[in-house]
Amino acid sequence: MRIDVDVKKKLGRFRLRAAFSGEAAVTALFGRSGCGKSTILNLVAGLLRPERGRIAIGDRVLYDSAAGIDVPAEQRRVGYVFQDGLLLPHLSVRQNLLYGRFFTLPGERWAELDKIVALLDLAPLLERRPQRLSGGEKQRVAIGRALLASPRLLLMDEPLASLDAARRGEILYYIERLRDEVSVPIVYVSHEIEEVVRLAGHMVLLSDGEVAASGPVHDLMSRIELRNLIGRYEGGAVIETKVVAQDLRTGLARLAFAGGALLVPDVDALVGEPLRVRIRARDVSIAIEQPRGVSVLNCLPGRVVQIGAEPGASVDVRLDVSGTPLLARITRHSAERLALEPGKDVWAMVKAVSLDRPSVGYA
Amino acid sequence: MFDALTPSEIEAVRLSLKVAAVSVAASLPVGFALAWLLARRSFPGKTLLDAVVHLPLVLPPVVVGYFLLVLFGRRGPIGAWLEQTFGLIFAFRWTGAALACALMGLPLMVRAMRQSLEAIDRRLESAAATLGAGRFWVLASVTIPLSLPGIVTGMLLSFARSLGEFGATITFVSNIPGETQTLPLAIYTYTQVPGGDAQAMRLCVMAVLLSLAALLVSEIVVRRANRRILGDAH
Repeated sequence: MRIDVDVKKKLGRFRLRAAFSGEAAVTALFGRSGCGKSTILNLVAGLLRPERGRIAIGDRVLYDSAAGIDVPAEQRRVGYVFQDGLLLPHLSVRQNLLYGRFFTLPGERWAELDKIVALLDLAPLLERRPQRLSGGEKQRVAIGRALLASPRLLLMDEPLASLDAARRGEILYYIERLRDEVSVPIVYVSHEIEEVVRLAGHMVLLSDGEVAASGPVHDLMSRIELRNLIGRYEGGAVIETKVVAQDLRTGLARLAFAGGALLVPDVDALVGEPLRVRIRARDVSIAIEQPRGVSVLNCLPGRVVQIGAEPGASVDVRLDVSGTPLLARITRHSAERLALEPGKDVWAMVKAVSLDRPSVGYA
Repeated sequence: MFDALTPSEIEAVRLSLKVAAVSVAASLPVGFALAWLLARRSFPGKTLLDAVVHLPLVLPPVVVGYFLLVLFGRRGPIGAWLEQTFGLIFAFRWTGAALACALMGLPLMVRAMRQSLEAIDRRLESAAATLGAGRFWVLASVTIPLSLPGIVTGMLLSFARSLGEFGATITFVSNIPGETQTLPLAIYTYTQVPGGDAQAMRLCVMAVLLSLAALLVSEIVVRRANRRILGDAH
């Protein structure tokens, strides 16, 4: 399902001018706090009204200032999972779950209570009150409640932001499940690149109320000029791979991608499953000869494409590994010492242990 | 001595309860609408409306009663119209006492309701809207249940104020036994009669008991409503 958003909105001194479309199962809106991510969700949900613009899901227009269309929030059938859940405190979990269902016409219902309860493991919580739930449980109920209104689109506003690290992993797992098992497109707002890489196919990079870039996640992640917006520490190329072997003795999985193969430890996936791997630029080093006698398991031949021009002691180097882009962050000093320049053949070295669980997601 | 209330005393208590109940019931929708307007909307004249709603709290009750007499008397502009159109008469009737009580209790009712409306996380209403609830359903299934403690408190305050109303009532509808002579008016009457001390005292004790009972009931209801909203832990 295609999502088209083109909106203008002024909120006090903040100006939002954003236009993007996405067709992926999960479209991520990524950017720093205050860049307008949540405002866009509120505009799509109908909780705020843009000054001008057009919002459409598939061929259903929710808002079009030129045509004078403004579907009220309660008729948009856009599910919204808020950062802090916002469960109705005077209702039980079951009543919260069924709340939206009550307002959905029988012919438009696609979500069944039993299925959603099973999908999100909500059975033990049904008779409880929201106040008696942990943060992670609240968020699961909030997701279930939104789904049971049988929405055409699901908006998620940093659903992991108020959770601790362990709970985040848990909810991420459920969102992945939901993405793969329920055919409702998701717009996911986050300022954690890790979540975006794990979940999203399409990414909209926002900065100061404007779209800085919009495109497939692996495309944007390998663009040097976007590194400042994505975050210098966490940024790095994203590679779509497939598990081709699992070695039980060493605990290493072999992941094949267009440009070769990666050995990655402790991959919780079966042979044949697609996996998405983020290789942080700071975990990639460069050699100008084939490395010998090193512990690094992943040595990939490639070619320098671009060297970042940012000031400071370190630079980003974009490599081409048989057609797959890879980013390496090295010191400017090393780049000069190795005489790196576009076109030069090099070896990219990636320590297997640097590819930890958070950087591997199920594509 | 209390199980031996005279028929006229019983009549005063019965009338008081009736007047208070009707005044609360009648002012409930008006009070909630005003509280909602003041809590949720901004419009020109909001400050003025707020002040007008609060007037009965600061004006001498006699003044309120006099205005009622002028406006709602059988020859008053509103009173004459109501009588012609609906056959509704307030002057010197128990309905007039209820009207006076409702007006005197309104500021207390509106204040309590407004506070609890303002305490609601409005995003809960937004969440309900995204789930398909239109304005009516948001009001019925989110706003009203969540402001229930304030609604109950407001009703109680208004009820208690009605039981104690004196000045506006006696000015507007006079002191007619069996029609407009509520508990406070009866007490006042007995204190004016030689040898009425015992009766006055009995009715005073009745007033205390009634007020205590009202407080108790509202406390229970509010606690229950809060437990529903805040969870069993509280």
